[in-house]
Formats: sequence, structure tokens, C-alpha cells
Amino acid sequence: MSDAPTLARPAPATIAAPLALLAELTHRCPLRCPYCSNPLELDRASRELATADWKRVLSEAAALGVLQVHFSGGEPTARRDIVALIAHAASVGLYTNLITSGVLIDRAKMTALTGAGLDHVQLSFQDTDAASANRIAGLDHAHEKKLAVAALVREAGLPLTLNAVMHRQNLDRLPAMIELAVELGAQRLEVAHVQYYGWALPNRRALFPTYAALERATDIVEAARERLKGILTIDYVVPDYYARRPKACMGGWARQFINISPAGKALPCHAAETLPGFDWPSVLTTSLSDIWYRSDAFNRYRGTAWMPEPCQSCDRREIDWGGCRCQAFAFTGDASRTDPACALAPDRPILDAARADALGPETEFVYRQIGGAPKA
Amino acid sequence: MAAARLIVEGATVLRFPPHVKFRLDPARDRWVILAPERLLLPDELSVEILQLIDGAHTVDDIVDALMVKFSAQREEILVDVIALLQDLTDKGTLVA
Repeated sequence: MSDAPTLARPAPATIAAPLALLAELTHRCPLRCPYCSNPLELDRASRELATADWKRVLSEAAALGVLQVHFSGGEPTARRDIVALIAHAASVGLYTNLITSGVLIDRAKMTALTGAGLDHVQLSFQDTDAASANRIAGLDHAHEKKLAVAALVREAGLPLTLNAVMHRQNLDRLPAMIELAVELGAQRLEVAHVQYYGWALPNRRALFPTYAALERATDIVEAARERLKGILTIDYVVPDYYARRPKACMGGWARQFINISPAGKALPCHAAETLPGFDWPSVLTTSLSDIWYRSDAFNRYRGTAWMPEPCQSCDRREIDWGGCRCQAFAFTGDASRTDPACALAPDRPILDAARADALGPETEFVYRQIGGAPKA
Repeated sequence: MAAARLIVEGATVLRFPPHVKFRLDPARDRWVILAPERLLLPDELSVEILQLIDGAHTVDDIVDALMVKFSAQREEILVDVIALLQDLTDKGTLVA
């Protein structure tokens, strides 16, 4: 981006320490979900960080003030060193969360992960109907394996969160998904409507729900929250395309999270590699402290000084932090614009047009695969 | 996870489950609660209450201890304590 604002570099003392590290260990995954939030250009296995690099990053993160590490991917258990990395994270005092599809976890692996000090498992489910779930995941028997893994997690005494990405093809079974979470002994359920980044963008006509369907889903979640108070906590994410105010993406650019890509690039969010005009710092050449406090990439949209109007004078500027930079870029070609998910954004008509397009005739899935990015 | 909601009362004995960590954060010099995909930053009064959660003492015991420490009325402390502990129990942050 040529017109990026050049900001005076804030002194480190004015920047709060990061709270969480998102460790995207690999882009390899047995599943091929057509809404995967990974970039269309996936990192190949040969580019992945070595075990020693990840251990160093985890130690640096803890020293910097990070409290929680989320091991993600791709499928993080596709890494042969997953147990060693969790053990290392636990040894430096990090709270460890495994975000997994579950399909590579057997009883022995679960025992090893628990022994390493794993604190929590977030397990994805694609649907409650096995045939539909396996079609969405692009993998036979995935659903059956996930049911078995949920039981292994609870047998190990670990808390379980179910992650359910919802869309046009499974939204009718939201009540069944909530019941499944209770039956499996989950403590939390994330009901996340698809957000249209990454692989979801070329699939949006296959996935996007009508407004009436979204409203029904919201009513179902609200009733279930009341009914299941003290039994199941439900987190709910609505699609930006129907929002009136933007989400505070990542809690604000470089305010809480550091994301590390499989190849070692440090990003303020997992989608940020789609933004041009950045020289993303690598953990292979730069310390995490310098990345967080001193890199241009992390400082560029930090705080409120970079904001255009109407954000700059908005009383919500420190609530939603201007929304999502990746979405602003995807819609307007300029990452420093107000996120069109805000009804006050000058570019709001672009989002209205995208919503109308997403409601067009349903298309076939473009499945996620390495080297398989659809032509623009 | 229990199949029914636990109602916190004077005789209830609560503890942190193994996956919830209530600890001092040296980088920020404050107490934090680390839980599944949650980070809670309890205020000073909440920290006083939570430091008395040990899986052995009842809610009434905790209220008695706080009455002495803060020279306060039992009823007003009880309301604050129950409100905090019920909220954390509903989130699974505390268990019986």
C-alpha cells in the first residue's frame, strides 16, 4: 500500500504486553473445509519452523508477558513434535490450548498430550449429521473419529470446547449441535458463523445464510444460553456481512495477540498476510520483543492515531478499533479505510453489494488444498 | 461438567478445577485467572475472596474471615461473595 500512514514509533512503555500467542504450527491438515481461515497460498511442510525455533519462540513469549498459547494450524497434531512443544510451553508457565480437528489423535496421543501438561482442547465439528459433516470436511469417517476423540478428552479429565462453524448447509441443525455439545460433556461451545476470508471467500455462495436463517440461529442460541446456564457456555459470532458495527478484530491490531505462521512470520492476525506493502518480521531473524514493540508491521495500525474518519471521532473507536484491516483491504483495496462492516463506513455500499452477491445461486465447494488456490 | 447448575450457598465448598489457574502474573504484577480461552482479571476484592478458595472451607467460612479482615457487616459481604462465586461457578471457573 503506497499511502500507508507513517507513524512516529511509540515508546515501548506506552504499549501493553501481548496476552496470547497463536502458534500456527503447520498448514498441513487431513481436512479440506471450504471455509478454512488459512490463506489461499498455504505454507508447504518444507518451510515449517524447526522444533528448536518454536521452543525459543515459546520461551520468548512467556518472558514478554504472554499468558496463553493456542496451538493451531492447519492441524497442529500433524507436527510430530506437538507433545514436546506443549511440554515446553507448560514448562515456561504458558496456559496451553490445542485447537484441533481431532482426526489424528488416538488414545496414546491423548495420554501423551495430557502428560505434557495440556490445559484445554478445542475440537471442531462440521455438522451433527455424519454424512454431511464428512462431506463438508472433505474426509470420510472424520465425524466418527471426532466423537471418539471428544470422549478421550473427557476421559483424560481435560475441559472441552466444541467449535462449530455454521453456514447455509448446516444451520438447520444448530439445536442438534448444542445438544451434541452437552452430550459430549463440553464446557463451552463456539457457534461461529463463517467469516468471509481465506477459503470462505470463493465459497461464499455455498455458505452464506439468509438474514431470516441468521435471526433464527440467534434466537436459538439466546434461548439455549438461558436454559443451559451453568452447564454450557456458548460463544456466538455473527457474520460481518449482516453487522451494523464491526467486530474488534483480534481485540485491536497488535493489542493482545501475536500470530506466528508455520514458516515463522509474525502477524497481528492470521489473515494479515493478505495485506500488501508489509515486510512481515520473521521469528528466525527478529526477537519477539522487537517484533511486538518496534516493528513497523505491528505499529502501523496500533491504537487510534492511524484512523480515518468516521472512526477518528467515533466514541466506539476504542471498542471496535476500526474493525478488521484485512476486510477493509479486501473490499476497498486500502487497509487503512474504515471496515465496511460498519454501517457508518463510507464504503458500506461495497459490503451491501457483497451480501447481495453472496445470496446468489448456490455454488459447489472449492475445497482447501495446498497449491489449490482458485484463480481470482 | 455437571449436568445441572450448581447454586452457591453458605455451606458450599468450592475449588479451582485443575485446568483453571489462579496465579500472580509477574509481568503485570497482578493476579489473573487462566481458563479455557478465557483470561479473567479479578479486581482487588475478588482476589481477596479467591485467595480463600481452597476446596476445604465453606462460603460461610470465607465470609467470616473477610468480616474480620474488613470489619464489615456480614450481609453486605455475603451478597458480594455469593455474586462473584455464582458467576465463576456458572462459567466453570470454580467447581464444588
